[in-house]
Amino acid sequence: MDDGFLEMRGICKSFSSVPVLRDIDLSLRRGEILGVIGENGAGKSTLMKILGGIHQPTSGEIRSRGQRVCFRTPAEARSGGISLIPQEFNLVKDLCVYDNVFLGAELHGPLGMLSKKRMQRRTAELLAELGTDISPTERIANLSAAQKQLVEIAKALAFEAELLIMDEPTTVLTSHEVQILFRLMRRLKERGMSIIYISHKLKEIKAICDRVLILRDGEFVCEKPTAEMSLEEMASRMVGRELSQIFPPKRLPRPDQVPALEVRNLSVRGLLRNVSFSLAPGEVLGFGGLVGAGRTEVAETIMGLRRADEGEILLSGTPLKVRFPEDAVRAGVSYLSEDRQGSGILTGFSVTENVTLVSLGSYVRSLLGGSGSFFGLLDKSRERRSASHYRDLFNIRAPSLDARLEFLSGGNQQKVSMAKSLDTHPRVLVADEPTRGIDVSAKQEMYRFIADLAESGVSCIVISSEQEELLGLCHRVVVMRDGRIAGVLEGASLTEEEIMFHATGIREEAKAG
Amino acid sequence: MNDGTRQNPPQDASENRIQRLKRIELQRYAPLFALLLLGTISALLSPYFLQVQNLVNIFRQVSYTGIIALGMTLVIISGGIDLSVGSAAAFVGALAILTVNTPAVQAFGAGTAVFLACVVAVGAGFFAGAVNGLLITKGRIAPFIVTLGTMALFRSLTLYMGNAGEFSSRNALFGDFAAGSFLLLPVPVWVFLILAALLNILLNDTKYGRHLCAVGGNEKVALYSAIDVDRIRFFAYAINGAMVGISSALLASRFNAVSSSNTGLGFELDAIAAVIIGGTAMTGGRGTVWGTVVGAVTLGVINNMLNMVGISPYLQGTVKGLVIIAAVYIQRQKN
Repeated sequence: MDDGFLEMRGICKSFSSVPVLRDIDLSLRRGEILGVIGENGAGKSTLMKILGGIHQPTSGEIRSRGQRVCFRTPAEARSGGISLIPQEFNLVKDLCVYDNVFLGAELHGPLGMLSKKRMQRRTAELLAELGTDISPTERIANLSAAQKQLVEIAKALAFEAELLIMDEPTTVLTSHEVQILFRLMRRLKERGMSIIYISHKLKEIKAICDRVLILRDGEFVCEKPTAEMSLEEMASRMVGRELSQIFPPKRLPRPDQVPALEVRNLSVRGLLRNVSFSLAPGEVLGFGGLVGAGRTEVAETIMGLRRADEGEILLSGTPLKVRFPEDAVRAGVSYLSEDRQGSGILTGFSVTENVTLVSLGSYVRSLLGGSGSFFGLLDKSRERRSASHYRDLFNIRAPSLDARLEFLSGGNQQKVSMAKSLDTHPRVLVADEPTRGIDVSAKQEMYRFIADLAESGVSCIVISSEQEELLGLCHRVVVMRDGRIAGVLEGASLTEEEIMFHATGIREEAKAG
Repeated sequence: MNDGTRQNPPQDASENRIQRLKRIELQRYAPLFALLLLGTISALLSPYFLQVQNLVNIFRQVSYTGIIALGMTLVIISGGIDLSVGSAAAFVGALAILTVNTPAVQAFGAGTAVFLACVVAVGAGFFAGAVNGLLITKGRIAPFIVTLGTMALFRSLTLYMGNAGEFSSRNALFGDFAAGSFLLLPVPVWVFLILAALLNILLNDTKYGRHLCAVGGNEKVALYSAIDVDRIRFFAYAINGAMVGISSALLASRFNAVSSSNTGLGFELDAIAAVIIGGTAMTGGRGTVWGTVVGAVTLGVINNMLNMVGISPYLQGTVKGLVIIAAVYIQRQKN
């Protein structure tokens, strides 16, 4: 490879003697987009953090244009022309766009004062190059996810990066925004920029990348031009086995019964307007729409995490009054949060402690007749039995039930989160992005759990930004836009196009015009 | 690399994980090892150290702030802090002595008067803690600020009530009830150990204790898990207040008096130090009651050692400060 712009050879990395990367090679030419894929825990992010100077390899070497280099800090990697855009953006939200672009490398005037004008002008130039009209003096907090991403890219350009590493850049973007990002990536590529693109979304890899590198369990699996690989091959190489049918067969819900959940005219000022829908026993109802359309807000309002200004919630025909989340849980509604680390699980708690966190009241031995009071003691052996039940049911892979959740992979954490939501034995489960950030095989298992739950009579709401998931799993799909229900799709009208039309408002405009 | 594929021998990652877990177990007992090491050094420095009377003295000395440290453990696990414990101890102690001196109370007889004074101390302590708890949960003010404010407030009220002087009890029995011993150990030590056992159960074996760790670990997760976060945090401060009340009653009894300017001075430092040395995370979410007991005893042993080798008592604060900083630094390294 004479054109080797960047090369990593024999990279190994261990964290406190646990190997996470074993003997990885990677090479990259100028003006090339390389996709890196693998299940959670395959080592993609670690490999990229080594390139970005955040981690140091235990052994192996990095060469840039034939020269051996060593990045001990992110600043060193940056001056070596490498910019890493992490999944959670690295922007200070209370500062302006231009402050962030020049953060850590501010331009100074003669007296050591910041030369704000020059920085603003340069930022405006960079943003214009990227084809956006974000104001350099706008505060980051006021920007959308897509705009923040552009600011990150502008920051990379300001440092004259030659290699851009993007970790899951599209999880927070709408499909329209993804197209804009791809167009931009192709332009950067033509200018000679190399890009490493990490994603779970194989279609995107296929669409944008020249070559793809597949990792599994910290090991190199294969590296090929994307043109020579089908999506199915990528998926099975990642998982290490052939993937059978991803979605379980749909079973019909039980019709003509009292709806398990009925929501009437739910409104929350500034967020939701007149949301009404009903959910049959054993039905899987999908919620589609763009990020910010109000889907999570519906779930949070039902759970008592937000106050409704108006509207009614009926559970099996009985009005449900929720003032606190506890009320909803007691009535038989459970919520699987979209933000696993932020609001789903406690990484410092053991598997068992997480599983029984919501249902803990039912493990109190009633000493004086009262349950859930201060001095009722917990029946820890029953807690363990429950946890072990879910471990077998969901195939949770953990060193032990006492292992803290920080030692588990994302997919296994998600299964624990699911067990936690189910241990209250809900009649209605609201699963918000149940497969976000988990690998293909764990996804498949999640789908099966949800289908089995529905089969056993539990009604499920599945909020998802992945259209295939909505189509494959749900009986009907509610599409939301701007805090309202834009349409309910079922049967023949349940297609990806229809969901997109309703989510973006094209359908309504067509009707009006 | 003709077909672009390579095979590597599989390696057992789970074994390494287990080793890692074992190391964490060892870290848990670090405070105990530190105490044993310190004890050994002290014993080598002075033959007097291991005498029963000296050890009993150390335990009695640490029991007053130790009891407060037990409550402080709950507060710190919840992700908060309480700086007002020293001032509250003076305030509550003053109220107890005022109660026992009230003629109407004394009319019930000396024993009943002492009992009522103790009830007042614990009740007023609980109330003082509840005030902190309410301001923090309902008022949404940072614990550091609230308790900094009440720290000034309780001290000032005590100074005002006592005209900056002493509250002396006029009931001889009040000065006796905590001076006695039972099976070799002084009463305050028994109280300390029994409360430690109770709070240990509260923390490890009840729904409240589990929820407390959840709230301190990640408040949002706790909220989404249908936990009444405000109630959990409120009771952490209220229980801590009750502990202050118990400690204060014992302390007031020991001197049969409370000084409005000196009683409880610096207690917050000792209590927080004991909790931190005991391995409870300053960031909240996890901690142990027995660790706090070890931490409190460690502080006592350090003081005792410094006394024995003749280091100025004025320098004890320096040592204490360094130990706290070192303990937090070691916690950092662990993570």
